[in-house]
Amino acid sequence: MRIYLDHNATTPTDPSVVAAMTNVLGEQFGNASSLHSFGQAAKIIVDDARADVAGLIGAGPQEIVFTSGGTESDNLAIRGIAEALLPTKRRHLIATSIEHEAVLHTLTALAKRDWIATLLPVDGSGVVDPQALEAVITDDTALVSVMHANNEIGTIQPLAVLAAIAHRHGAIFHTDAVQSIGKMKVNVTDLDVDLLSLSAHKCYGPKGVGALWIRRGSRLVQTMTGGKQERNRRAGTENVPGIAGLGTAARLALQRTETEADRIAALRDILEAGILRRVSGTLINGDPTRRISNTTNISFDRVEAESLLIALDLEGIAVSTGSACSSGTLQPSHVLRAMGYSSHRAQNSIRFSLGTRNTAAEIDRVIDVLPNLVDKLRNTARASSVLTQQSSLDGG
Amino acid sequence: MKIVAAMSGGVDSSVAAALLHDQGYEVIGLSMQLYDQRDGESSFGSCCSLDDLQDARRVAAVLKIPHYIVNFERQFDAHVISSFVRDYAAARTPIPCVHCNGELKFTNLLERARGLDADSVATGHYARVTLEEDGHYALRRGLDQNKDQSYFLFTLTQAQLSCACFPLGELRKPAVRAYAAARRLPVASKPDSHEICFVPDGNYASFVERRVPEALHPGPITDTDGRVLGQHGGVHRYTVGQRKGLGLSSSVPLYVVAMDATTRTVTVGPRTAMERTTLTAASINWIAGTPPTDRTRVAAQIRHRHAEAPATLHLEGPTTARLEFDVPQSAISPGQAVVFYDGDAVVGGGWID
Repeated sequence: MRIYLDHNATTPTDPSVVAAMTNVLGEQFGNASSLHSFGQAAKIIVDDARADVAGLIGAGPQEIVFTSGGTESDNLAIRGIAEALLPTKRRHLIATSIEHEAVLHTLTALAKRDWIATLLPVDGSGVVDPQALEAVITDDTALVSVMHANNEIGTIQPLAVLAAIAHRHGAIFHTDAVQSIGKMKVNVTDLDVDLLSLSAHKCYGPKGVGALWIRRGSRLVQTMTGGKQERNRRAGTENVPGIAGLGTAARLALQRTETEADRIAALRDILEAGILRRVSGTLINGDPTRRISNTTNISFDRVEAESLLIALDLEGIAVSTGSACSSGTLQPSHVLRAMGYSSHRAQNSIRFSLGTRNTAAEIDRVIDVLPNLVDKLRNTARASSVLTQQSSLDGG
Repeated sequence: MKIVAAMSGGVDSSVAAALLHDQGYEVIGLSMQLYDQRDGESSFGSCCSLDDLQDARRVAAVLKIPHYIVNFERQFDAHVISSFVRDYAAARTPIPCVHCNGELKFTNLLERARGLDADSVATGHYARVTLEEDGHYALRRGLDQNKDQSYFLFTLTQAQLSCACFPLGELRKPAVRAYAAARRLPVASKPDSHEICFVPDGNYASFVERRVPEALHPGPITDTDGRVLGQHGGVHRYTVGQRKGLGLSSSVPLYVVAMDATTRTVTVGPRTAMERTTLTAASINWIAGTPPTDRTRVAAQIRHRHAEAPATLHLEGPTTARLEFDVPQSAISPGQAVVFYDGDAVVGGGWID
């Protein structure tokens, strides 16, 4: 039995998504910009998907721009707004210190040019204090970008409160909702945001496609230049099969998010309670209440998370240390560091992110397997520290 | 039986993993990420670079064995790069591979292996470990004399040797390449790496200067009588035995014959001035765990590519010894390792002072 508990990295493509995309790939090869019947058929597919995505977040279809995914959506939002406001005095950009790299590195790049960037701190559970935003925002602030739910710990931010502060200062408010879409109800009016990024593959759609919702009337300079696709906001021939997949995933999410979220949260809670009970030296990272339904991030004292990930994978259980995008770098999770955790605790942390196919039997198996793996890793770490001490005494 | 194969992405470690897999072991491939790869492949080009990690992954996929990249950047910096830089700045010529073997592969990686329930770590070294009748493990030269790498493994303790596996020890390089080709490993014709992996352009001096700008400390170049012949920009740019790049004109070829870190003096002289009949070795690891008797006759090797030379060991302490060669040896470089052999077995080894 292989158990997939890394849904915040990516999700299995839903069969209905595969069917919709296969149909488009095989039959509907038209270019959505072409005037003939082939093009018209493709255009209908794209516009239907646009309506589905808009419907999922309570927006208007013409406010949706299709992109290549969450990273491009974040880039288009931040660079697009920053460039559009360049003629004004608004050169100040604000984000939180726990954003995804797509936001953080975009701000870093802009801060090397004509803009000034400020990163907001978070508290020990990963939540932004509205006072912190009040303290740094000015009437020169162009854009505030705060992720809806964090990918590593699942913490949900008080977007409406933060957006109100931004708007009071005339700033635009963007949210990266890549991790909340499909895991909770997301409505752009309730959230009071101006731009929202989402990605298909985090909610059972395909990789390589996403969308940016742009509130009607917002001015934005396109970052991808070329043809006039997407109402001149994103050049390039539409990825029609991918967009069809995103549309299908959005319809699915609208139908099942609420019931699935409750079921998955119950499994997550069983997993979490089981681990805390069966494995000593474990702690939950993040806010235990204000978080998305599927995520738990746990630190295992005296265990290198990298080793535990490997040990679990050899048992057929897929989890993650930090976020997939930062794997392969030494830096302990910037999210856990921003929450004030020691780099030690950050390096001991494992993220379990559940999804719609997980069953109670799978969760039971993880709880059964984990204690022995952790014991083994802790014992060898202790044995080898003794070994090293001896060999250093030998002068070897 | 479960065994961890350390996979660098080169042909040797790939074949080592393949041999074990084909012999029926349950092999887990682990590749060590040793330096920051986020800037892409531009900064490093040799062993364990991003391309090599990808190659290791492709080999594991062909063999259908699990494969993971483990991050040892912190340990590599602490145990390998730091001492490399420190040695050069102190007018010594280091061998980082020895530290990487003893302190990373057979310490950190071995610990990871045990945590995964594996009993040993296999590498692609051309060396052999044998269990002797007295219950001790012996470390022996690889059968391929051209490729033997036992010199780089002299720090291994009995505990480490008991968990070390060298599947290529009995093989010659052409046979290894042939196995890789027969097994259709994607690295079958990949060139061998010779450079120090974290300095692929071979420019050690500028690497040291980036890490320790203070190394750029000029000093005199003198002849063996103390006459100043010129100036140099830092002792880290020189190695005992070096002839090129001295910037001196002379009727006879001049070599670096000695360096003094305190006075920052580089002494040059003719080839004969490099010859020594004695050296002192420190921090010796005795493979058997205890020193041999005083005045043991050994064959000593003072560099990787050096024909072993007969010598007598004079013990000066539990881990220090003076070595008297039968005939003078050229260019004995402080910082390099001296490894003592009895036949094909490593008796021990230490660092040249």
